[in-house]
Amino acid sequence: MGLFNFRNSTFRHGIHPPEHKSETNGLPIRQFAFAPLLVLPLAQHIGAPSKIIVREGQEVMRGQLLAEAGGYVSVPLHAPVSGRVRKIANVPTAKGEMSLGIYLEAFPASGQEVLESDGLDWEAATPEDILQGIQNAGIVGLGGAAFPTHVKLKVPEGKQCEVLLLNGIECEPYLTTDHRVMLEQAEDIFMGIRYLLKATGAPRAIIGIEANKKDAAEHLSRNIPEGLPVTVEVVPVKYPQGSEKMLITSVMGREVPSGGLPIDVGAVVVNVATTAEIGRLLPQGRGIQERVVTITGPGVKKKGNYLIPVGTPLRFVLEEVGVADNLSEVYLGGPMMGMAVSNLDISITKGTSGILAFTDNEVHRADKVYPCIKCGACVDACPISLNPSQMGILAKFEAYDEMAADHNLMDCFECGSCSYVCPSNIPLVQYFRMSKGVVRKRAAAKKEVANV
Amino acid sequence: MFKQTLHISTSPHLKLGVSTDDIMRNVVWAMLPTSAFAVYAFGLSVFLLLVTSVVAAILTEHLLCRWSGKESTVNDWSAAITGLLLGLTLPPAFPLWMAFVGSVIAIALGKFAFGGLGYNTFNPALVGRAVLQAAFPAAITTWHPAFLEGRFTDIAGSTLALPFMEPTYDAVSGATPLSAFKFDGVAADSADLALGLVSGSAGETCALLIVLGGIYLIARNMMNWRIPVSILLTVYVLSGIMHWVDAEAYPSPVFMLFSGGLMLGAVFMATDMVASPLTAKGVVVYGVLIGLLVVVIRLWGGLPEGVMYAILLANAVSPHIDSALQNRVYGTHKKAKAV
Repeated sequence: MGLFNFRNSTFRHGIHPPEHKSETNGLPIRQFAFAPLLVLPLAQHIGAPSKIIVREGQEVMRGQLLAEAGGYVSVPLHAPVSGRVRKIANVPTAKGEMSLGIYLEAFPASGQEVLESDGLDWEAATPEDILQGIQNAGIVGLGGAAFPTHVKLKVPEGKQCEVLLLNGIECEPYLTTDHRVMLEQAEDIFMGIRYLLKATGAPRAIIGIEANKKDAAEHLSRNIPEGLPVTVEVVPVKYPQGSEKMLITSVMGREVPSGGLPIDVGAVVVNVATTAEIGRLLPQGRGIQERVVTITGPGVKKKGNYLIPVGTPLRFVLEEVGVADNLSEVYLGGPMMGMAVSNLDISITKGTSGILAFTDNEVHRADKVYPCIKCGACVDACPISLNPSQMGILAKFEAYDEMAADHNLMDCFECGSCSYVCPSNIPLVQYFRMSKGVVRKRAAAKKEVANV
Repeated sequence: MFKQTLHISTSPHLKLGVSTDDIMRNVVWAMLPTSAFAVYAFGLSVFLLLVTSVVAAILTEHLLCRWSGKESTVNDWSAAITGLLLGLTLPPAFPLWMAFVGSVIAIALGKFAFGGLGYNTFNPALVGRAVLQAAFPAAITTWHPAFLEGRFTDIAGSTLALPFMEPTYDAVSGATPLSAFKFDGVAADSADLALGLVSGSAGETCALLIVLGGIYLIARNMMNWRIPVSILLTVYVLSGIMHWVDAEAYPSPVFMLFSGGLMLGAVFMATDMVASPLTAKGVVVYGVLIGLLVVVIRLWGGLPEGVMYAILLANAVSPHIDSALQNRVYGTHKKAKAV
C-alpha cells in the first residue's frame, strides 16, 4: 500500500491567508463538559425544520428522538443528553432571529448512557437503506453548510457517481477539527466510506487533503483497509480549496458547470468528519448528539478541539474555556466565512465547526474605504474568475439584475477572497451577499406574480 | 464575566492588511532613488523642480477637494505620485512656473475632472505633461547637460524664469541620446545609458535605479510585473528585428530599452493601476500595445520620443482591452461582460 499521492494541481486564483492552525492542530479531541441547560433549535440544517415529537416536562434519554424529519430535505434531532424537556419555545439562533426549539435540562447525576437501536450492517443494507439510515441519524454536512447529507448522496436518475470525494481540505484558517478527526478517527472514516460507496454506487473514493496536514494524509494512507478502493490525494494549501467546486477541480481536474452540482461531473463530495460520523453512528443505529469543534482565536485561553454536545450554549462554552478581557468579536465557523454572533445565548448546532474569539487587537473596525483603484487584486483572487471590481461598482449603483445576468453573480459562493485582498477596503463580498439576496427575492416575487 | 459588548461584522474577518495608501506610499518610496539620482545628476534646479511639481499637485488636490466640499484626499499619497512623476519627466532646467502649471493641470484635468482617485482614464502625470508639451514645445525639448560643475550651488537661469517670459538658457544644452540618434545618427554608449550618464528628462536617465524601484514594488506585490515586462520585451524584440534588418538606420534594441523615457514610463507610468486593464491577459495586451507604439513613434514618427503618447493611447483603449479579455468564469464557457 503506497503512501499518499501529492498532486501539484490546484484551482485557479485563490489566496493564502495566515493559517494559525498550529495553535490547535496538535491538541487531541477532548470531551467537553455538559451544560446544565441545552438550547436546541429545530432548524439546525438547510431545509425544513424538524417536527417535535416530545412534550414539555417529558423525560428523555440521551440519543432519544426529540423531533423527526420535517420532510425529505430535513433531518431528525436526537437528545444530546439525558434530561427533561423544560420548555418548547422560540430560541435564539446564530442568524439573529428566534426560531422554534427545545430547552433541554440535563440530569446532573445521569451516567449519560446512549440509547441505541438496531444498527445497519453496511454489507446487508441496500443503498436506499443507507440513505434512510443517514437521514435517521440526523446527519448533515459537518463542514459548516449543514445540508442534509442523504439528499446530497442521492444520485439523480441518469447520472453516475464516478468518484466519492472525501473533503479533508479544511482551508479555513484556525480550524483543525477535520485534521484531528482524520488523525483520531481513521477507522470511522473508512467505515463511513463503505456506507457512502454503497449509497452512491461510486467505484472508488478519494480523500482530498491540503499539504499542511501531511500527518493526517500519511495516517489515513497507512490505515486504508485491505480491498477498500480509497486513495489519498494531497494538494497545495490554498483558500478556498475546501469549497466543493474547488476541491473537484484540484483533485479531478474538472469544473462543475455554473449552476450545476458536483454530480454533473461525476462526483459526490462529503466532508471527512461527516463521513466519520456516518461510520460511527450507523452500525449502532444512533443519532448525532455531539460534534468536534475547534475553539480558538487570540481571545481564547484554553484553545483546543472539543467534542461538544449539540445545543450547548455559547456562553457556557466560552466560560468553560475562558476568554480575554478585551474580547471584541466571536465567530461561528472560520474567520473567512464564519458568522459573527451578537448573542451568547445561542447554541452550538450541528453545523458549528469552530468558535473563534478575536480581541480588540485583531479586529480592524475603522479601516478607511478608498475608491476602487482597479488594482485587480480581487480579479486575481476570485476562485471562480468573476470580476469583483466591476461587480462592486455595479452593486454600488444597485444594478443587481445586471450583475446576475452579465457577471455570474449567482455563482459567487461568498468565500470572501475579494474582500480579503482589497486594498481599498471595499466590502465586496458583503455587497455580493446582499445583491444575491435581492436577486433571489426578485425572482421569487416574479414567480409569485406569474402564478397569480 | 462578559461585561463588554460584542461587536458584529460580516465575514471575512481577516484582511490582508495592505491598503491603498500603503501602495501609493510605497510607489513614492520606489521613485525616491530615481529622484535622488536626478538631483545628483542635475543639481539644485531639479531639486526645486521636483519640489515644485509635488507641492503643486498636493496643493491642487487639497484645494479642489475643499472647494467641492469633499474630505481632502491628499492622505492617500496619490497626488504626491502624480507630482513626482510629472517632475521626473520634465527637462532638468524646466521653468518652475511651467512645472507648477503642469501639476495643477495633471491633478485638475487628468484626475479630478474624471472623479478623483480610481476614476482617471489617463495617467494624470502624463496628461499634465502632454499639455505642457503642447503649450511649451520649446521649453520641454530644451535639454540641460548632466554633471555640470557648480550644479549644487547655481540654479539654471531658465528654472527661475518668470511666468509668461521667455526663459533664458545659460548652460549648453546637450541633445538627448534619442534626438542625437534621430537627427544626427549618433548612438550613445549602452553603459552610459544604463547608468544615467547622459542628458534627458530629470528622472529618465538612470535606468538601473528605475528598474530597482520596479523590482521593489513587484516584490511587495504592489505592481503588476506583466506590464513593464511586456512593454520592454515588445520594444526589445521589435527594435531587435529592425536593427537586424538594417543596423545603420535603426538603433540597437539595447539602446532602445535604456534611452529616453521608456524605463520610467514602463515601470512607473504604464503601471498606473487605474488606467491599466484588470486581467492578466489584458495587461499583457496593453503592454504589447505600448511597446509597439513606442517603437513605431520612435523609429518612424516625427518625434524622437514616443513613450508618453504610447501610454496615453493605451490608457484610452484600456477599458476596451478589459472588456474584450475578461477571464472565463469557472464552470462556464462565457466571459463576464465588462462595463
